[in-house]
Amino acid sequence: MTAARLMDEAEIRRALTRIAHEILERNKGASGVALVGIAARGDDLARRLAGEIERIEGSAVPVGALDITFYRDDIGMRSEAPEVHETRIGFDITGRTVVLVDDVLFTGRTIRAALDALVDFGRPTAIQLAVLVDRGHRELPIRADFVGKNVPTRKDEDVRVDLTETDGQDAVMVQEAAGSRMGEGA
Amino acid sequence: MNRHLLSIHDVSAQDIVRILDTAESFREVGSRVIKKVPALRGRTVVNLFYENSTRTRISFELAAKRLSADVINFTTSGSSVSKGESLKDTALTLQAMGADAIVIRHSSSGAPLTLTRWVNGSVLNAGDGTHEHPTQALLDLYTMRDRLGRLDGLRVAVVGDVLHSRVARSLSFALVKMGAETTLVGPPTLIPPEAPAWGVQVSHDLGSVLPKLDVCYMLRVQTERQRQQFFPSVREYSRLFGLTRDRVGLLPEGALVMHPGPMNRGVEIDSDVADLPRSVIEEQVTNGIAIRMSLLYLLLGGSGAEGGGDA
Repeated sequence: MTAARLMDEAEIRRALTRIAHEILERNKGASGVALVGIAARGDDLARRLAGEIERIEGSAVPVGALDITFYRDDIGMRSEAPEVHETRIGFDITGRTVVLVDDVLFTGRTIRAALDALVDFGRPTAIQLAVLVDRGHRELPIRADFVGKNVPTRKDEDVRVDLTETDGQDAVMVQEAAGSRMGEGA
Repeated sequence: MNRHLLSIHDVSAQDIVRILDTAESFREVGSRVIKKVPALRGRTVVNLFYENSTRTRISFELAAKRLSADVINFTTSGSSVSKGESLKDTALTLQAMGADAIVIRHSSSGAPLTLTRWVNGSVLNAGDGTHEHPTQALLDLYTMRDRLGRLDGLRVAVVGDVLHSRVARSLSFALVKMGAETTLVGPPTLIPPEAPAWGVQVSHDLGSVLPKLDVCYMLRVQTERQRQQFFPSVREYSRLFGLTRDRVGLLPEGALVMHPGPMNRGVEIDSDVADLPRSVIEEQVTNGIAIRMSLLYLLLGGSGAEGGGDA
């Protein structure tokens, strides 16, 4: 099984810096903006983006983590119930522009679930989507507002994002699908 | 995980950790404005209660509803059971209606196991005779771990009528499984003779046990299950084995007082002891909903259960 490297540490850092600038440009600053990362790696990316935004703009934005497991459309279709992660949204999302953050955008089903989950917490003014990698193959009418890198892939390939916080290194890899990690880029 | 939860013996220590961790997420759901998630939409959960139990039934009902499952409450009074329908026929009826899970409470030990022979869905034991009450034990473990940060090495006494208590049995098995040092305390007539084989200590002197505890778990005196005289008088029982105002002072600082409810205030526990800050009895009730959500989710959330997996 061969894995090709799509992004290294420096490329990931530059992509996140650019996305942070784009978020600020689109929303005319950081006021009213909140970041919500989708567990597990979107959560780490959201915290990095918040750090970038604070560095650029000098003001902090609230960051939350969202686990979408209970909103998945395939519960009961896998042999075991999907593993649950932590949800932590310590601020009111009503009236804010919420930027959802995830590592890989693939079928769009995770984002569909995240949208359902998010509106159970309140009524944001707008929801935008930032992803590190868009690998195509959408099954739902969903697109990202901010993309680190567009990567054409075959549907049977796996795109894997490693982040220092959880995996000990920063890298985006593409490889033949084998024992894919649960929830991979769905 | 096993498809049914009939006994604590159905779950491994690893399963228990997963059940408690998942419950953590459900407690967060319980703190939201909208306390409901769509995880079990389209699934049917039947509460089949042959014994009265308002609190356990409501807890299971709320848990299933917060998971968006459809809930049917089947109680014996006013149903076909009061017309003499057998457990088997009731089971076959529920099976024909497509129940994905059946939560059963029954006065006969082993009734939930018997039920599994006739239904395809998951069976959850909500208390059977003097056998087990596993969901109570799991919510108790959750409460201990949440408050004290660990289970391994925890010193726990289970005090009172162990002989008739399915709560005590499930809790003892679960505590031993998780590495807690467990002591059963009560009059010799109310401690089952086989108890030492469970891996627990036995004591008949509450006062000497209390100073060495992290958790003092008081059992309800179950007069309705006692078919003969097990102690001379309620007054004597509460003098020797009740958690009185004086006695609670023997507990180390930070030790918890727990009770599965409903309490007999003034019998096994003094009224003002039950209301002390170290008494986490109401927290046990709140955590019960999260634990039951966790169990329903883990048992019904995979396709392992037949009758599940339909789109």
